[in-house]
Amino acid sequence: MSDLLQAAIASNLESLQFAGPELALTISILVIVTVDLVYSGEKRALMTGLTLAGLLWAVWSIVGLYGTEPRSLFAGMMALDDFGLFFKLLMAGTTLVVVVFGIQSTDIDEKLAEFYAVLLTIVLGGFLMASSTNLLMMYLTLELVSLPSFILAGYQRHVQRSNEAALKYVVYGGVSSGVMLYGFSLIYGLTGTLDLFEVSSRIAAQGGLDLTLFLAATMSMAGFGYKVACVPFHFWCPDVYEGAPTPVTAFLSVAPKAVGFAMLARFFYVGLSSYDGTLGTSLAGQWPELLAIVSACTMTLGNLTAIWQNNLKRLLAYSSIAHAGYMMMGVVMLSSAGLQGVMFYAAVYLFMNLGAFFVVLLVADRTGSEDIKDFAGLGWRSPFIAAVMTFFLASLTGLPPTAGFAGKLYLFSAVVEGGLWWLAVVGVLNSAVSLYYYWRIARTMYLEDPAVAEPLGIPAIATVTLAVLFAGTVVFGIYFGPLSDLTAQSTTLYAPVQAAAQAMLR
Amino acid sequence: MDQWILTLLTFVPVIGAAVILCVPGEQKNTIRWLALLTTGICMVLAVWLFNAYDRANPAMQFVVQVPWIPSFNIEYHIGLDGLSVSMVLLTALITLLCIPASWSIEKGVKGYFALLLLLQTGMQGVFVSLDFFLFYVFWEIMLLPMYFLIGIWGGPRKEYAAIKFFLYTLAGSVLLLLAMLAMYFNTTDPATGENTFNMLVMMDQANHSEWLRAGTIFGRSAPLMLWMAMFIGFAIKVPLFPFHTWLPDAHVEAPTAISVILAGVLLKMGTYGILRFNYQMLPDASQYFSTLLAVIGVVNIVYGAFCALAQTDLKRLVAYSSISHMGYVILGMSAFTVHGINGAVFQMFNHGTITAMLFLLVGVIYDRAHHRYIVFPNDYHEPELRGQLGFGGLWTHMPIYGSLTMIAYFAALGLPGLSGFISEALCFLGAFPVHRTLTIIGTLGVLLGAGYMLWAFQRLFMGSFNERNKDLPEINSREIATIVPLAVVVIVLGIYPAPVLDLIAASLSDLSHTLSAHSGMAANAF
Repeated sequence: MSDLLQAAIASNLESLQFAGPELALTISILVIVTVDLVYSGEKRALMTGLTLAGLLWAVWSIVGLYGTEPRSLFAGMMALDDFGLFFKLLMAGTTLVVVVFGIQSTDIDEKLAEFYAVLLTIVLGGFLMASSTNLLMMYLTLELVSLPSFILAGYQRHVQRSNEAALKYVVYGGVSSGVMLYGFSLIYGLTGTLDLFEVSSRIAAQGGLDLTLFLAATMSMAGFGYKVACVPFHFWCPDVYEGAPTPVTAFLSVAPKAVGFAMLARFFYVGLSSYDGTLGTSLAGQWPELLAIVSACTMTLGNLTAIWQNNLKRLLAYSSIAHAGYMMMGVVMLSSAGLQGVMFYAAVYLFMNLGAFFVVLLVADRTGSEDIKDFAGLGWRSPFIAAVMTFFLASLTGLPPTAGFAGKLYLFSAVVEGGLWWLAVVGVLNSAVSLYYYWRIARTMYLEDPAVAEPLGIPAIATVTLAVLFAGTVVFGIYFGPLSDLTAQSTTLYAPVQAAAQAMLR
Repeated sequence: MDQWILTLLTFVPVIGAAVILCVPGEQKNTIRWLALLTTGICMVLAVWLFNAYDRANPAMQFVVQVPWIPSFNIEYHIGLDGLSVSMVLLTALITLLCIPASWSIEKGVKGYFALLLLLQTGMQGVFVSLDFFLFYVFWEIMLLPMYFLIGIWGGPRKEYAAIKFFLYTLAGSVLLLLAMLAMYFNTTDPATGENTFNMLVMMDQANHSEWLRAGTIFGRSAPLMLWMAMFIGFAIKVPLFPFHTWLPDAHVEAPTAISVILAGVLLKMGTYGILRFNYQMLPDASQYFSTLLAVIGVVNIVYGAFCALAQTDLKRLVAYSSISHMGYVILGMSAFTVHGINGAVFQMFNHGTITAMLFLLVGVIYDRAHHRYIVFPNDYHEPELRGQLGFGGLWTHMPIYGSLTMIAYFAALGLPGLSGFISEALCFLGAFPVHRTLTIIGTLGVLLGAGYMLWAFQRLFMGSFNERNKDLPEINSREIATIVPLAVVVIVLGIYPAPVLDLIAASLSDLSHTLSAHSGMAANAF
């Protein structure tokens, strides 16, 4: 017994050196909380600085770990691989941008230290989500992301809709993670293990459990589906996105979604399929078909509902549901091309979606509402913002030469390569539909006359932030070779069997 | 120069647009002259190309091929053959004439000309791309400027027309995207052993995978399905019945110069696409669909002509005549004969110049009278004018305008001695041996064409002069300068078509022979 304990301790201690990003965040959170307690002066700049420093430290640490030999950490709880690191990088990058948003938003003004500490906690949870390889760990990290998210959604205590958003978020979160936990317990009951690798090898050895396992997979989908906001677990999404402060909405629409996909992909690819690094087949019934249907429904519902929205945050909420549907196509394919598509899309989605949200934030802060009408004539009032917004919208639609097009190219190419034609057709037709509502915004900006003629006063820092997001959307649209290489290299999921095989070859 | 000519031709406009964006918006004349300079440079380059192009060589010329996104085997690969060189010349000419035709635009001048130039880059890029991905990028790049050009500077129902154009075209091009990816995954470059977007490699069926010959999509033959996907994408652009409904709306609402570009160049991309992609990459499937093409072509001819006959709005009439005239192109190419394909491409060129004239002439009268009704419709806002002639007897009042219109209308109805006659005759001549009945029905279009054109001319220019129009000034020199070059081209090519036919002949007879070689196989291929 003591040997086992010592081995576990040794493993944990050894793992610490590979947990740099998580450590960086943990230390930052503690420092922020402590400094907030002892220091009573003007804290805005200090807290923001600490948060940015912590995030940059995490990013630096992620970059340092990139390309390390994939390995299991903390006694099989987590895995270190480029796949997880890629999503951590996305999460940290999103948070950096959102912190810069937060400085400029009128929504984020009180209790700044708490805001940042909670935000970094979500990031920490997201980091762990991206690399969990144990069902229990998956559940815990999902909750570690969810619980602070509730707080952020209800951050504006005096705003009624912010409170409403938080409550809806809590209720849906509670139910769906409960269902997921039930699914996990079924898997545990059938295989007797919580370790993903063990799960897959025992399913492969036993066989014949298709239906029950399919049921378990479906129930587990409740939790993942809630995190990535796909049909039928999307109901919270529009209300929460509308009610939460805009920077938080921007954050929620990108970061938890991206790591949600990381966890979802790892769960299905490692746990319930025979994925060997390039292709795989399902070990647990028709879950790829199920996900394909979920994907088609998600994008169709998101796009069709978005057409009727007049509140831009709601519109972007439905748009983000549709984008979850697109990304789901990549997971369905059970191939490394599909994974690459998801990763590529998540990366470009960061730029274009944050960009669109940031423009909404800037305009809403100055006109006092998020209604589409307030964008009327923006093209003549503030040509730069309107032009950049048009570009983000074109990218969200998936028109070349934007990053969004490159992202869709990778997703659709995975689907076409896999020969799943009906999904490909549904996907491209959805892209065409989405043009209609994205273009309502462009139309309002350019084809309608402004109510007031003077330009919006946009500070230099906002212009710079927009320019950076714009640059990302342009560069990854015109020269996406490097991002493509990075994602292709990051599709390796850690699996002990492969690691052992590779060790033998060496 | 050989290496750079096509790149320059494609990207000089976008550089011009960037320069224009740096000029303060109040300096409207500077912006206009800069736009004219940019398109002028492109025209000079196009003329240089016209001289340098080797007419005896059917293969691609001025080829540039450099890697762009190596991980996806995407290349910056451009080049020209006879088919594309004629379209490149047409694009340069039409865009150049559109700048003076837009001189009177006063709202958002900077944005207008920048978008127009961006549009030119897209159009030139489409015609020179030899990489499917690159082609697709250029194909889609045009949508954005076109949307704003119609939507911001258009007529009363501009918003509806602009989004309709955008949605229709995008719906078509997403199918093209899927076809592109399917082609990519089923074409192997013999040089590298990898999949490729290289269109020249895709055109050699030896490089196609087994699936692309005998596979299935939704239980149907894969090559036929892919052919259909590409065809719908291109047919919407042409536009072919039943995908044509966006065209009259877009034309009616678009400003004059944009209508000119739309009819003069954009429609040609559809037929160019069919000739370049459907015909050359999937020749067997093209043979299979030969009759379908001919039927659609004839429907376009006859249906478009009947619709034109019924119009009271002059611009709508021209728009429907465009649909009818593009039908000749499809009918001509449907037979795969040398005459037919030559006729089709020549008709593409001629339709570009003739319709450009028609739209410019409509623009002239609209600028003056602020309406363009041949007959005021029954729901016109001034009740006393309903059912009356909008113009009438204009020839006595505006003799130069009347004469120029006469040339254009005669060219449009296919009068011998003008360029439209030769290409239409070639189309019929080429289609007749293969689709006899259909061709005979198609010739009805010529008759109807004469009908609607002459009837419109009669109601506009003949008869007693309508005193309400006595204040309309005669066509001015700027407008004459935009129309006369086209009239010269139409007359010269009508008498001596060799300059264009020589240009396209070598490549097209190659194409026709390749297609004919597949006719035997097609019967039992599917």
